[in-house]
Amino acid sequence: MSGFTKEFAKGLMTSNPIFVLALGLCPALATTTSLENALGLSAAVTFVLLASNTIISLIRNFIPSTVRIPVFIVIIAAFVTIANMVFQAYVPALHDALGIYLPLIVAYCIVLGRAEAFASRNTVTRSIADALGIGIGFTLALVLISSIREILGTGGISIFGNDLFTLPGLGDNPVYIFILPTGAFLVVGLLLALFRWTGVMKNE
Amino acid sequence: MSELWSIFIGMALINNIILVKFLGLCPFFGVSKKLGVAVNMGVIVTLVMFVASAAGWLIDNYILAPLNAEYLNIIMYILVIASLVQIVDIFLKRTNYNLYNAFGIYLALITTNCAVLGIILINNDEGYSFIESLVAALGAGIGFTLVLAIMSGIRERLELADCPRAIKGLPIAFITGALLVLAFYGFTGII
Repeated sequence: MSGFTKEFAKGLMTSNPIFVLALGLCPALATTTSLENALGLSAAVTFVLLASNTIISLIRNFIPSTVRIPVFIVIIAAFVTIANMVFQAYVPALHDALGIYLPLIVAYCIVLGRAEAFASRNTVTRSIADALGIGIGFTLALVLISSIREILGTGGISIFGNDLFTLPGLGDNPVYIFILPTGAFLVVGLLLALFRWTGVMKNE
Repeated sequence: MSELWSIFIGMALINNIILVKFLGLCPFFGVSKKLGVAVNMGVIVTLVMFVASAAGWLIDNYILAPLNAEYLNIIMYILVIASLVQIVDIFLKRTNYNLYNAFGIYLALITTNCAVLGIILINNDEGYSFIESLVAALGAGIGFTLVLAIMSGIRERLELADCPRAIKGLPIAFITGALLVLAFYGFTGII
């Protein structure tokens, strides 16, 4: 069981997909305009990671290595289609807000990257642990980025139509630039620098 | 005609595929250190986008729609892109080996380049006609090339810039990206 926890924990911190591996940056920038969108996309990505990692590690010994990438892509695309249809049926507003970024999960390097680097050469249990760790690490990163952007850009956080809180002062005059694309680049750049800086401090 | 022109400008400058739609960030941060390589990369991506958009539209309207199988579109698109990239790969290996080596891993990565899949999905979302899809793909490709070229020039200087160790590399590239987006807001009024 210790192997399971190790693979799980690694995705959260030491190989966090966004801040350490720098994979899956497109969604980290595009869908973090609000906490709600970020949670929706993270749920879809975690589901696709978990399902594709499980299936790929189950059939890894039957896939000829020359055609493995196309096989992985088709498996991932199938699960993305499922996630897309589930979102369309149950949370249509969120489906519209995420727009093209939901079907684009199929092209995110992070999902194919885990399939190729981990699931295709590890047991099912370890692959599930890896998918959960990377998925939750991805979710945490997106929650952090989107919270900063939504609080600064709109003055508070609202989720599924309920205002959680509004900051006095900032609520009336929010810094709009943070929910625009500029804010995405700026926040992610500064957070990357912050995590590097804490690492640099530790080593010195 | 003016409608096509506004789609073109909108895709190339106002809703730039890298800076506003955040598609194709990997080559934006990875490949673009030399102007020549960046421009060549842009041209190839533009070509793949153009052909993929045409193929995507035809598949949507003549294969999936008659069969009521639109839900299969994601799988179909990704297969079309993967085979296109494979063709470009083989073609380039035979005709221009130096360029092929300069691209390295990034050529194979066009398959998972969000920009190519992104443009097909955008065309589908907006309900563009065949001609409009082609114009949108061309605009997006040229916008992609333009930003890649601008960034490669900036990156050459960033390499030598004296900035704190924690900010060097990816973080400063992101912050530069933020300033580039601000500059591109200037185009918003032209349509």
